[in-house]
Amino acid sequence: MTTPVTEQKVEGDQVVNPWEVSAKDGGKIDYDKLIEKFGCQRIDQTLVDRVERLTSRPAHIFLRRGVFFAHRDFIEIMDLYENGKKFYLYTGRGPSSEALHLGHLVPFMFTKYLQDAFKVPLVIQLTDDEKCMWKNLSVEECKRLARENAKDIIACGFDITRTFIFSDFNFIGGAFYENMVRVSKCVTFNKVVGIFGFTNEDHIGKISFPPVQAVPSFPSSFPHLFSNTKNLRCLIPCAIDQDPYFRMTRDVAPRLGYNKPSLIESSFFPALQGETGKMSASDPNSAIYVTDSSKDIKNKINKYAFSGGQDSIENHRKFGANLEVDIPYKYLSFFLDDDAELEHIKTEYGAGRMLTGEVKKRLIDVLSELVERHRRARAAVTEEMVDAFMAVRPLPNMFS
Amino acid sequence: MKSTLFFLAVSIVGKSKPHLLYFRGFRYWIRLLLLFFIPNEEKTKMGVYTKDQLLARLKELQIEFASCTHPAVLTVEAQAKYVGHLGGGISKNLFLKDKKHRYYIISALAATTVDLKVLSQRLGLGKGGLRMAPEEALQEILKVSLGCVTPFATMNESAQSVSLLLDEGFKAQQGCLFHPLSNEMTISLNSRDLDKFLISMGRKPVYVDMEAAPLVGKDQPPDLAFLIPSGVPKVDQPEKDEVSSKIHISEKNTRTETIIHANNKKKSPEKLHSAPIADVRTFVDELIERMSASVLSEIAKETDKEQKELPGSVIDGIKKYLGADFSNLAMSFKNAAYTEGFHSGIQSVLLKTGQNITSYGK
Repeated sequence: MTTPVTEQKVEGDQVVNPWEVSAKDGGKIDYDKLIEKFGCQRIDQTLVDRVERLTSRPAHIFLRRGVFFAHRDFIEIMDLYENGKKFYLYTGRGPSSEALHLGHLVPFMFTKYLQDAFKVPLVIQLTDDEKCMWKNLSVEECKRLARENAKDIIACGFDITRTFIFSDFNFIGGAFYENMVRVSKCVTFNKVVGIFGFTNEDHIGKISFPPVQAVPSFPSSFPHLFSNTKNLRCLIPCAIDQDPYFRMTRDVAPRLGYNKPSLIESSFFPALQGETGKMSASDPNSAIYVTDSSKDIKNKINKYAFSGGQDSIENHRKFGANLEVDIPYKYLSFFLDDDAELEHIKTEYGAGRMLTGEVKKRLIDVLSELVERHRRARAAVTEEMVDAFMAVRPLPNMFS
Repeated sequence: MKSTLFFLAVSIVGKSKPHLLYFRGFRYWIRLLLLFFIPNEEKTKMGVYTKDQLLARLKELQIEFASCTHPAVLTVEAQAKYVGHLGGGISKNLFLKDKKHRYYIISALAATTVDLKVLSQRLGLGKGGLRMAPEEALQEILKVSLGCVTPFATMNESAQSVSLLLDEGFKAQQGCLFHPLSNEMTISLNSRDLDKFLISMGRKPVYVDMEAAPLVGKDQPPDLAFLIPSGVPKVDQPEKDEVSSKIHISEKNTRTETIIHANNKKKSPEKLHSAPIADVRTFVDELIERMSASVLSEIAKETDKEQKELPGSVIDGIKKYLGADFSNLAMSFKNAAYTEGFHSGIQSVLLKTGQNITSYGK
């Protein structure tokens, strides 16, 4: 799974694409540059306020804290929603492993909020075929992983009367495949090489995969769900490294007479060892997994979470903590709902009056509760429930 | 009360075992819950009011009104012959509906010109959006007969989501004449007293200048758009009709369940939301409201303090903390109940066609 964008690496530029994310010279990802390079818009406070107004509830923590910070045509979706025109949500996951960590849950937590706040349906794609091709796993193993991951996704609290989960191996065919062929006809080999960096050595499975991820953005791919609603828009919450797929989709859509999907994109979830570290499945201490016990969480945070505090207590009281690189504070900004409390920690910790240990303790409490809640919800998910979520069935009240 | 709270706490906060609360059990649990949290309004069984109940209610509220009985009248002209001596302005009342099956009562002085086209535009329904409602709707929704439309009809439960527009001109009159749910009688009361009555029934009186014709266009939004009802009137229809007419069997079980859930929830809330589906948020809000109300009253009993003296912040804290937890549990539960219904539906179809598949969708 080597990505042939090595020439960019040599230049020392940051690399962001669906298969690789790395910062320039081992530093932090420059999001402003990324937005500029990709051509999307920033989400500002007025947009967040507007969302609050339209949904009559407080905005989700990820919107308030700027985790979801970029968008394409989200304003248009809001305008249409205000005029009574609904939309549907589309997100997905590549089920490469059974172990999900908190970073994997971020887009799903946000999507659940969007589903509840706007009362719209959702399709979730499990790209088991992609993982089969890229990670060289067997078809059976990928299908199994897809079902296991589906359980964790369901545990995030999606509404079964509004959600359709599907795995590529099970669902592709019919109208979905017809759209795939239509999209494939519009994208040349040169184009995919340019967007995704494929080479002559890559197998043809990889090269023909992109339409699979593009097509769920078109409502005609799901005739059992959306055959009655004309001109339904699609909103895709995803991490910003998935942007290339949807740039391609947005380019193709008008040529097929479809609406362009809108996007709302999130930044990357930092690894425990800090922004420069990489979250990898082989290193269990690089992330908090949803299967971790409270003891594991406490251990991991205390031992491995990269601290922005100074090396000695005197220095810390003098200079305060470096909040830019401090992982416990960063994690709290993701998961601590109380704005006032976070602000308090920011001032006290930044000034050096609060110690790293206290911040870590607070984080351990927050994360333990989160993981415990997820674990309980996961335990309530049965095989039958997964079957029901994945069944091709109509959703009569999906907009109520 | 304490045992119920405990039962409730155990059911909710404890380990949520879906198999213990199979959907029949779930219905039972909901009914038990509702039994103990007694609704606190004294509405009649079906929420339908008679003329005598209305007059009694007016007297209770100490509203002065003059009345006079007469043979049944169907038009304003006929009514005018009998009620001249009462003084005040006779009202003409129109029962209208729009294309999306939402209903409106327009109550205006007989002398006021009411242009339906203009009103339709002001409501944001376009030029021809308002029509006279069919006769059946009069009976079904307002529970009155022909010639008897009156603002008082909005007190009926079935008319909760009917929007009421009152003529501004009423305010200038000493008395306004309306039918008190029967066209064999007319009562005259002051518009302020009418307001008092409507407010007591949980309705906000809205007065509109019927003859005004403001421009409605791209830059001028319809000024009466806020009067569009948010729900569709709940008409008594047996659930069996809906269920038997469904083609998709998998839908059948889930719809039965969700209708039953929704109807069970709707038995006691004061505000009637025509939410046709099992909505987690409204369910949890209601749960928390009832729990905090009873907790507050229990604490008040124990400490002999007035309920109002107790810190509201405690309740807010509980709401915030429990709200998220309850929502998750409720969603988990809803999904489990749907799943069971779904699979039963599949099995039932398969049994009918003579097959027998144990697992589906692998």
